[in-house]
Amino acid sequence: MGKRIGMEVAVAVAEAVGLCNIDMAAVYPITPQSHIAEHLSDLVADGRIDAEFVTVESEHSAMSAVIGASGTGARSYTATSSQGLMYMHELLPIASAMRLPICMAIANRAVSGPLNILNDHTDIMPQRDSGWISIFVENGQEAIDMSIMSFKIAEHKDVMLPVNVNIDGFQLTHMVEPFEMPTQEEVNQFLPPFVPHATLHPSKPVTMGAFAMSDYFAEIMKAKDEALKNSKKVILDVWNEWGKLFGRKYQPVETYKIEDADVLMLTMGSMGETAQIAIDELRAKGVKAGLVKLRLWRPFPLAEIKAVLKNAKKLIVTDRAISFGGPGGPVFSEVKSALYAEAKRPLIYNYIYGLGGRDMAVKDFTGMFEKVLADTTNQEADTYEFWGVRE
Amino acid sequence: MNIVENFDLFAPRLINKKELLSPGHRACSGCGEVLAVRLMCKALGENTVIASATGCMEIISSMFPTTAWEVPWIHVAFENAASVASGIEAGLKALRKKGKIDDRYVKVVGMGGDGATMDIGFQALSGAMERGHDMIYVCFDNEAYMNTGIQRSSGTPMGASTTTAPAGKVSMGQKTWKKNMPEIMVAHGIPYVATACPSYPLDFIRKMEKAKSIKGPSYIHCFSMCPTGWRSPSHTAISMGRLAVETGAFPLYEVENGHYHLSSEMPKKFKPIKDYFKPQGRFRHLTADEIEMIQERVNIEYKKLVEKAKYLKI
Repeated sequence: MGKRIGMEVAVAVAEAVGLCNIDMAAVYPITPQSHIAEHLSDLVADGRIDAEFVTVESEHSAMSAVIGASGTGARSYTATSSQGLMYMHELLPIASAMRLPICMAIANRAVSGPLNILNDHTDIMPQRDSGWISIFVENGQEAIDMSIMSFKIAEHKDVMLPVNVNIDGFQLTHMVEPFEMPTQEEVNQFLPPFVPHATLHPSKPVTMGAFAMSDYFAEIMKAKDEALKNSKKVILDVWNEWGKLFGRKYQPVETYKIEDADVLMLTMGSMGETAQIAIDELRAKGVKAGLVKLRLWRPFPLAEIKAVLKNAKKLIVTDRAISFGGPGGPVFSEVKSALYAEAKRPLIYNYIYGLGGRDMAVKDFTGMFEKVLADTTNQEADTYEFWGVRE
Repeated sequence: MNIVENFDLFAPRLINKKELLSPGHRACSGCGEVLAVRLMCKALGENTVIASATGCMEIISSMFPTTAWEVPWIHVAFENAASVASGIEAGLKALRKKGKIDDRYVKVVGMGGDGATMDIGFQALSGAMERGHDMIYVCFDNEAYMNTGIQRSSGTPMGASTTTAPAGKVSMGQKTWKKNMPEIMVAHGIPYVATACPSYPLDFIRKMEKAKSIKGPSYIHCFSMCPTGWRSPSHTAISMGRLAVETGAFPLYEVENGHYHLSSEMPKKFKPIKDYFKPQGRFRHLTADEIEMIQERVNIEYKKLVEKAKYLKI
């Protein structure tokens, strides 16, 4: 078992990726991802890892370069945030359609404008439909574990899809946290070498990224969709294996005190920990509150979500992104649509909060519960609310 | 002895017989660009990986589930052929070093049209060249966005009529001078820059081979005649390339480590630019004054090049 150490999460993520025998990384600096880029280049410069580090001139080229490298069969990694992710956007569906097992950390940060460097989920949400496996982490330990596991998931022959690990910018990336870092031997044992099925090499010439018109395009889209759906089994297998090896078990949907809960809250990312304290406070006051944390965003864990949510009376879905002029936040829309066909389902409330790094204290979460519990109309609101926003 | 005049005599012995861009692709008849790509492949040989930008050459060669490529080939997007190539180079380097692939030298080549190179892919190319990857980038310049329907690019020459800079009652068509892309590449301080044209196949092949032999980044700017977009008959591609060189509109030269060398194909005395414009519909509207203005520019640009070749010689 690895040693328990204290380290900044971004640095720890780079250390963890360094244990994965990557062949190539292409990273462009952007706050708050930069420490991952810096530390990875340190690892290469010090000869601690044997990889090519390509100092690209943009995130667009970062994703382009890892696509090229992954095409050769190299284990390839990148990391970005906010505007950088938006700049990569064009290439994300191409990477997944080409079935390249690229792994990427996203230090989640608000998207301009106005320019803001702090945390929310407005960067990842526009990437939802790009065909990537998308995982959210709650703390530093998860960030490390998921980063290592992402390679095993992505490279599995039944998956062959890119994976992004969402790590809340600053709230997580810049925190010094205690965690267990697996040893090199443990990672070597856990993570087999990548065996690609086709590579860009003259020993066996292949054409990648061919042009397809209406006679094939839809089939290729369907194949990608099937692959993403099927990836769930591999994700669960890999998480289970990790649980057995390291004692840290992960589920697509985590729950906290939901068994007898009347009112539930659903969070994604680092806010789960603060919300958990709010649950404890409410429980101490006799409120039957519970928490559901969504870890796997794509493929969306439909069955698990239904199973844990359908018996509650009220459900608060929190969103750290907006769908302007839409029916609600992106998480809310998905959860609501997942529960729509259920005969019995909770009244669903949607709060949009913590945008652009707006601080969320325990009292904000208890406040949401109190407001929802005070609502006696027994009618679902047809809109969402911004929490803690001046009007 | 002009080597091009004796092409029939030498060609069989000088050119690789193996076709790495196989016939059956969907290029227009008389396409100068696909000829250039074919010659490029002959020069590069089998130990090559190509990253292509979106464009005519991508569309005509890779209609799923068919492919015209006998070498490993990848297309990702329009503006990133150079960055994809740089990633391939890094990936192959790492894998070869770690013994995960055959221990043989493979040349990585990025390719794109003038739009993909000089406009939308400019930054990606500049980055890849500056980082010093061991790769060749070839720009197949047909002087407009031909794949999307002949829209102007920064490679379109002054006075050419395109679908987005058309000649009209108050417009002469393109109102800007063609971007001097080879010179911008020279400014990157890379080991090798050359201009070429498939109308001079042996010169082009030799330049490709030289680029292949160089460890580090090199750039070839290949003038690629497009009868469809230039509004000229499909049998005129080769003669159009010759005229571009013979009039000085597209001079052939090399720059090795900053030293300029005019290719032997360059004539001692140029034909007037109007000879090159005449067979092309895209220049048909130009007045004598406009042609004169362009002629002056061609003269000045060539003079500058001759001076560089004189003072910055190999």
